[in-house]
Amino acid sequence: MNIHEYQAKEILTQYGVAVPAGIPAFSVEEAVSAAEELKAKGATLFVLKAQIHAGGRGKGRTVKSGVRGVMLCKTVEEVKKGAEDLLGDTLVTIQTGDAGKQVQRLYVTDGVDIAHEFYLGITLDRAKGQNVIMVSTEGGVEIEKVAEETPELIVKEWVEPGHTLYPNQARRLAFALGLEGDAFKKGVKFIMSLYQAFEATDASIFEINPLVLTPDNDVIALDAKINFDSNALFRHKELLELRDLSEEDASEVEAGKFNLNYIKLDGNVGCMVNGAGLAMATMDIIKLAGGDPANFLDVGGTANVETVKNGFKIILEDPNVKVILINIFGGIVRCDRVANGVLEAVKDPEIAAKVANVPIIVRLQGTNAEEAKEIIDNSDLNVVSAVLLKEAAAEVTKALA
Amino acid sequence: MSVLVGKNTRLVVQGFTGKEGTFHAEQMIAYGTNVIGGVTPGKGGDKHLDRPVFNTVADSVANEGANTSVIFVPPAFAGDAIIESALAGIDVIICITEGIPVKDMIAAKAVVDRCGARLIGPNCPGVITPGEAKIGIMPGMIFSPGSIGVISRSGTLTYEAVDQLTKVGLGQSTAIGIGGDPVIGTKHKDAVKLFNEDPDTEAIILIGEIGGTDEEDAAAYIKEHVKKPVVAFIAGRTAPPGRRMGHAGAIVSGGKGTAQEKMAALTAAGITVCESPAVIGETMKALLG
Repeated sequence: MNIHEYQAKEILTQYGVAVPAGIPAFSVEEAVSAAEELKAKGATLFVLKAQIHAGGRGKGRTVKSGVRGVMLCKTVEEVKKGAEDLLGDTLVTIQTGDAGKQVQRLYVTDGVDIAHEFYLGITLDRAKGQNVIMVSTEGGVEIEKVAEETPELIVKEWVEPGHTLYPNQARRLAFALGLEGDAFKKGVKFIMSLYQAFEATDASIFEINPLVLTPDNDVIALDAKINFDSNALFRHKELLELRDLSEEDASEVEAGKFNLNYIKLDGNVGCMVNGAGLAMATMDIIKLAGGDPANFLDVGGTANVETVKNGFKIILEDPNVKVILINIFGGIVRCDRVANGVLEAVKDPEIAAKVANVPIIVRLQGTNAEEAKEIIDNSDLNVVSAVLLKEAAAEVTKALA
Repeated sequence: MSVLVGKNTRLVVQGFTGKEGTFHAEQMIAYGTNVIGGVTPGKGGDKHLDRPVFNTVADSVANEGANTSVIFVPPAFAGDAIIESALAGIDVIICITEGIPVKDMIAAKAVVDRCGARLIGPNCPGVITPGEAKIGIMPGMIFSPGSIGVISRSGTLTYEAVDQLTKVGLGQSTAIGIGGDPVIGTKHKDAVKLFNEDPDTEAIILIGEIGGTDEEDAAAYIKEHVKKPVVAFIAGRTAPPGRRMGHAGAIVSGGKGTAQEKMAALTAAGITVCESPAVIGETMKALLG
């Protein structure tokens, strides 16, 4: 699960991680009063930041007003103008795609002075099965590029499984950043607190880019990107409240309500599959058959009438879908039951109206696959059956021709 | 012969009396798996499916000589269940549960490694040696005894490959579903090593998917150590970057873990890579001549 920068910084603050003073704003008025409040506390420079679930905001631009997603403002008046430009406009960054994202929330922060910018990231190192903390003196830039071109500039410490980060490890990282004296002490505290926050919230990614050293030797998280392990959210009810559904695809949110795992794509062949691996393989076969997958949809291990119906409804909301391929490897689930479920779903008035011009190819394999094929073949609906994956692929090609 | 599970398996089911545990224990018993009993804390002394229920895995080891466990407990308690098995001296721990937090798995895997146990999964269909023992949730009837070792991250895609193998007349020595999570007990490379050392496995099917670098690691190992024929398929060529494709581990991030990279690494290691998931069986058949 993703959260906004201002939410991430509120969490970091709770764990004693230093961040610039900042206040979220949902309207121009709120942005103005946020800036006034910061000014009263001594801020002489403000940073106005669009809050969307995507990176690259500083380099991105809005569609209508053409302003950057992150602005430096010298006065409250400039904050007001910036907020007017940003709110409601669509911000396009390198990570949003061409469609961009609508700006609905802002974050006004104290514009701190910067002596140096660093990078700090925490994530799981899958190859080792341990969390890794990475720092680099090359902050503020794309870390993937640094990793590729100058990997020696990234210093890593791995956390022992079942343990927390030890001070010696935080010291090694702070030394690697070249911190000295007071800044070194603050850097060690920053890293220790940050890992504590990562661990306590079951996070999957913490990215502080840039991490900055101020002329006063403070070590501060200027930006913060946090992702949480969705498998662990059951023990973090407080984090669930931070979810911003308006940042997510509406049909994906809808699918989630039915316990369907759906991801919308740009193609013309809708698909419904049981199992994530087989779903990906089915998307691949659609491509090989000359189509393009319109979605990823895993209906889970047990495919029944209800899941099939809901799957149809979600796929059919996408007007680009020209053909639907259902690929169910029955296993313990009996295929004849799934076949009847598909037919029942297709007869549902809401679905029937939409599938009139959309051929449906049903490939059922496993227990009673032959009986299932007969059931499909004997129906007078716009449904074609297949037993082998190969046959299903050939039917897709035929339907698209 | 086979790997991991077979005639000598003495299986204890963790989460024995729950709905999932009961259903699949029945199926495993029907297949002929030697299920010695199960564990449900607080129900020790009861009988379930004509077999003893124990309070702890350690009791099942002491009383019935359990050497293998299968885990059907809910995600919040599954990490603990893995650790219980490892501490009780179980040799092979097979965790079916999907949705275990990464933090719990990091800790559990470390205990498993320290105890010298072998963990398969989590988030996997299990392990089957056709004709001998089925441990997990796979449909037994699509498998047939033979000499092809099958390794896969996913459930139904494993069934697809096995079904194709059986239909072209190639039976399986053992099929291992290693699981779709970012932290798993046994990776592709480890499973390849098991099959390479098994005299009765003649050839290997390796099914991977986007995310991580496990397939690349297996490719490097195969190039160096494996003479047996290997056929591979990688799912997810059409998956967009940054989107998690169902499995927690299946995500292309920072330009790493793409299907193209994995296929190139496998091909460079002399492995026959299938373009389509529909031709896994016939590709192996052709390779074996």
